[in-house]
Amino acid sequence: MAKKTAGPEIERLIQLLSRLPGLGPRSGRKAALALLKRRQDLLVPLAQALANAADKLIECPTCGNIDTTTPCTICQDQRRDGSLIVVVEEIGDLWALERAGVINGRYHVLGGHLSPLDGVGPERLNIASLLTRAASGEVKEILLALNATVEGQSTAHYVMEQLEAVTLAEPLVVSRLAQGVPVGGELDYLDEGTLAAAIKSRRKI
Amino acid sequence: MLEQPAAASWVERLTLTNFRNYASAELQVTATPVVLLGHNGAGKTNLLEAVSLLAPGQGLRRAAYGDLARAGGRGDWAVAARVVTPASTVEIGTGLQPGTATSAASGRIVRIDGVAQSGSGALADYLDMAWLTPAMDGLFTGPAGDRRRFLDRLILCFDPGYRTRAAQFERAMRQRNRLLEDDVREASRFSGLEQIMAETGVAIAAVRAEAVAGLIATIAARRQANPTSPFPWAAIALDGHLEQMLRERPAIEVEDAYAALLARGRERDRTAGRTLEGPHRADLLVTHGPKQQPAKQCSTGEQKALLTGLVLAHAQMLGQRLERGAPILLLDEIAAHLDDLRRAALFQEIIDLRLQAWMTGTDRHAFAGLAGRATFAVVDDGSIVVSG
Repeated sequence: MAKKTAGPEIERLIQLLSRLPGLGPRSGRKAALALLKRRQDLLVPLAQALANAADKLIECPTCGNIDTTTPCTICQDQRRDGSLIVVVEEIGDLWALERAGVINGRYHVLGGHLSPLDGVGPERLNIASLLTRAASGEVKEILLALNATVEGQSTAHYVMEQLEAVTLAEPLVVSRLAQGVPVGGELDYLDEGTLAAAIKSRRKI
Repeated sequence: MLEQPAAASWVERLTLTNFRNYASAELQVTATPVVLLGHNGAGKTNLLEAVSLLAPGQGLRRAAYGDLARAGGRGDWAVAARVVTPASTVEIGTGLQPGTATSAASGRIVRIDGVAQSGSGALADYLDMAWLTPAMDGLFTGPAGDRRRFLDRLILCFDPGYRTRAAQFERAMRQRNRLLEDDVREASRFSGLEQIMAETGVAIAAVRAEAVAGLIATIAARRQANPTSPFPWAAIALDGHLEQMLRERPAIEVEDAYAALLARGRERDRTAGRTLEGPHRADLLVTHGPKQQPAKQCSTGEQKALLTGLVLAHAQMLGQRLERGAPILLLDEIAAHLDDLRRAALFQEIIDLRLQAWMTGTDRHAFAGLAGRATFAVVDDGSIVVSG
């Protein structure tokens, strides 16, 4: 075994940092070193922020988002259009849509996708709570913003079928994201599958 | 060297580092066929495998990337090449870095003109590759899966998007099989996956049908051009449920029909433990044309001749279809099973098709017909010497 170069506290810090996405042992050490060098203006505030977050994090019972308030900031925001629910797989997808700032609805985070191979069935996802929300009467449209992967698309299909079974005075509009030519993209560089999707979902201008 | 039309796309320089039995080796060749001579185990096929890695995919032997590293090395390996295409000359580099051999599943590094690529798929823009190895000798007698893979590899040369669709189909089918295995009964759990299987499955069947039609046309043209070719013409056909339906109905209807078939067949598939209908069950039927005899009933030599004829027809079809000309052909131990007449005809075809064929053999005399028209190199235990 390699000789230890630092005390167990520092080793532990390096070990934990290395487990963060995008970091490995080398970059974990680098990050740890930066924290050690900047104890007052980085390490201590970071430790505080982590402790606070760990203390207060809570999954929003309405939409499945993670925040420090309940319901979450988005669900509380009265300026958002409550008649539109955007369904996403993960919180990262919610953040991506929020960064783009192109939609003003509320969200519903499924917490993953259906994958029998990984043992993930509907009971492991926030689908029941979505159906309850859909039946509330306030919601008019549900946008399934799921990944264009086999799992994402088959999950979308499943959710759609479940939503169809929700009986309402006015039927829900269930939509999904368009698939096709990316903004600024050149046709020449697209694969046939994407081109076929673009042609299938062409629209009048 | 005699004047002859040069290949349109070819490998000019090949450098190996810690690859298989090569610690370090380099080979410079011209746009003509390449003959690699050496005793058994000298590393001739390893060289072909290195060339095969200049195209997308796992290479000639479908070996795990970690296994390509030289024994006793650090686990890293590299193949670099200068490749000439009608559009440009590019430097292609591929390999594994030290310490990554254990995670070989993560894929190999691919660089084109020094720029790192996200996968080997980008190589499809530069070179096409087809090969014939002794491992394929049992193609006609072996399982249908081998023939499907053979056809699929031919298709990848002109339809790079095929790989993605095939992977999507495979993924959706595996997810569905797991649902069957887990005894899930809820129809809505299946229908999404079956929809994806129908869309991708019918697309796969349609591309295969088109490829087979193209091959049939090329084989007919070759027959007309050279009625006495020692490579017997092959009658080929696709045997599959979807392929059959596609002959009678538009694709969109076949999609719905296949989705319905899957839905109806859930209980049957559950009992069988797998999906019984789909493009993963299709077979490529090959018949010895002149004899009207199924290929699997032909002699070993005849099977080899049939298969060689098929590979040549594919190369000719690609040469006519693609701007960058015929693919690079890798022919391992090609002289075995072919008599003098067929060998001579093969060499002439390779010259006429204007392709760079890489051939291996133990006996220089077997390649006498290529003297002056090919680069000969002697391979011996990790070294390569061009012998004129």
